[in-house]
Amino acid sequence: MNHTTSIPGTRSVWPMIALFTVPAFLIYGRFLLLPIIQSIGVSFYSGPGMNPSEFVGFDNYRNLFTRAPYNVRFWNALRNNLIFFAIVMVIQNAFGFFMAVLLTRPGKGVHTMRILSFLPTTLSVIVVGFLFNMILNPTWGIFNEMLRIIGLEQFIHPWLGDPKTALPIVSIAVSWQFLGESILFYTAGIDSISPEILEAGKIDGVSFFQEIWHLILPSLVPIIGIVTIMIFVGDFTQFDIVYAMTTTRGNPAYGTDIFGSLFYRAAFQSPSRGGWGLGMGATVSTIMSLMVFLGVSFWLFIFNRQKKRFFQD
Amino acid sequence: MNMERLRKYRDRTMLWACLGAYGFTILYPLYLMVITSLKSTREIFTDPFGLPERLNLQNYLTLFETSRYDLYFINSVTVTAVSLTLIVVLAAHAAYILARYAFRFRYALYLLFVMGLILPIRLGTISLLQTMIRYGTYDSIVSLILVNTAMGIPFGVFILTDFIKMVPSELDNAARIDGCSEAGIFYHIIRPLLKPALAATALVNLIPVWNDFWFPLIFIRSDAQRTVPLATALLFGQFQTNYGLVFAVLTCASLPVIFSYLLLSRHFVKSLTLGAVKG
Repeated sequence: MNHTTSIPGTRSVWPMIALFTVPAFLIYGRFLLLPIIQSIGVSFYSGPGMNPSEFVGFDNYRNLFTRAPYNVRFWNALRNNLIFFAIVMVIQNAFGFFMAVLLTRPGKGVHTMRILSFLPTTLSVIVVGFLFNMILNPTWGIFNEMLRIIGLEQFIHPWLGDPKTALPIVSIAVSWQFLGESILFYTAGIDSISPEILEAGKIDGVSFFQEIWHLILPSLVPIIGIVTIMIFVGDFTQFDIVYAMTTTRGNPAYGTDIFGSLFYRAAFQSPSRGGWGLGMGATVSTIMSLMVFLGVSFWLFIFNRQKKRFFQD
Repeated sequence: MNMERLRKYRDRTMLWACLGAYGFTILYPLYLMVITSLKSTREIFTDPFGLPERLNLQNYLTLFETSRYDLYFINSVTVTAVSLTLIVVLAAHAAYILARYAFRFRYALYLLFVMGLILPIRLGTISLLQTMIRYGTYDSIVSLILVNTAMGIPFGVFILTDFIKMVPSELDNAARIDGCSEAGIFYHIIRPLLKPALAATALVNLIPVWNDFWFPLIFIRSDAQRTVPLATALLFGQFQTNYGLVFAVLTCASLPVIFSYLLLSRHFVKSLTLGAVKG
């Protein structure tokens, strides 16, 4: 099926191969691949301004892991990010799967709900963040007012002001927005299960939960992997939701500070607002790249061992 | 038999209760956003849940008078339109080569492209900022077009290569025998068949490109170059205490996306699942 570079009776196709692939590769390489690699390079330098020039080896890393105030902020962000990821992952996988099972039942209105479920995902993250920020805002207090109306007064609370509740609330806001994405992937997965299998199950008289456990879940394992790795990469680079709900400082008392907000402050803000200079900023982003790399490798190892080869033709 | 019907009825009711509760949690915050933007400050506090007494567009008038919202909107449309066009055109050309021609490093090149699917471009921001300053594209929407295009190319190459591989190569050979040039095969044979896939590529990138907030926040300084998400954040800070105005800002940022999504929802869902099923 593949053609060789010189097709009998024609001239070499090398010029066309170059002309067609180089523009795409140039933009992609220059503005995505190379910057990630170069940013890693910057993490070995120190100095003020846009081009840190003093080579310091691994000093930035040593500072980040062991020296105050860097280490305090770093370990705090790691801890918060892991909690954030854990909450979002559980909500999006569990609810996403459950809703997808319901949304693949035959019935009127199900199709409309499928479309509706994805609506929040299309919104910009900062709009969602600001919206929940306002709803939970203690001055206006509309969420607390709702609690009062339905008789749950004992739960009235400064949700984003309390370090105990702020991070879970931010995680729930993100899950609210991106649940539709998990549902989309899970419904696609369930839709592609061959109808004969489910039909056979029906004839054998399996119950609803038996059907989920024995017939649906096994064929969704790869999708669980895709959804989880997407959440992982998204959450370890998330920034917008923190910016909109609890500011770039990750209020209260850095209780919602995650890698994205730490990276932003460290690299791009003035020292008085938490800036550490570009060298330290690059160190934070390199650690983030490393986390993403480890996460993705783990996923590839677990879920993709039996994946089909691309060029088997 | 009766038992059977009763059970069916019960299942149906439970299904509807779950779907209804979920629909409510999606729609209610959005409903609050829109109705609050139509209220006066007094009404927002005295009757936060009810519909506005009368249609009051004052918040929107104030928003358009005090900010250059039309300009932000045009900037966002420009960035999105140019980025999506570049993604589709560049990715389609590269995909044709990767799908049809055997040459050294083909698989390596393909892998290099597809790697971009899981590389978050944000992690290169420091170097990108230095580059934009050096290229003179800092504080210009050109910088946003460049990063958004780079971000969209991997998915484009991934999906389009797959699509072109599904087009039977007998079509190419028939055209070749008729004297069609190699590039002509792409333009005359492949491209027309590729239209749905090209549209899907554009649609998948529409949301992340339109909603991008991180790069404008870091690359854009002047008012005239702001996009809608950046303007939303800055206006939110500016109007923070004027709730009606704040919600007008949020509504203005969301309505274009909501309408285009509802208009194209069928295609959206199909395009977005492509990645999942292929992956």
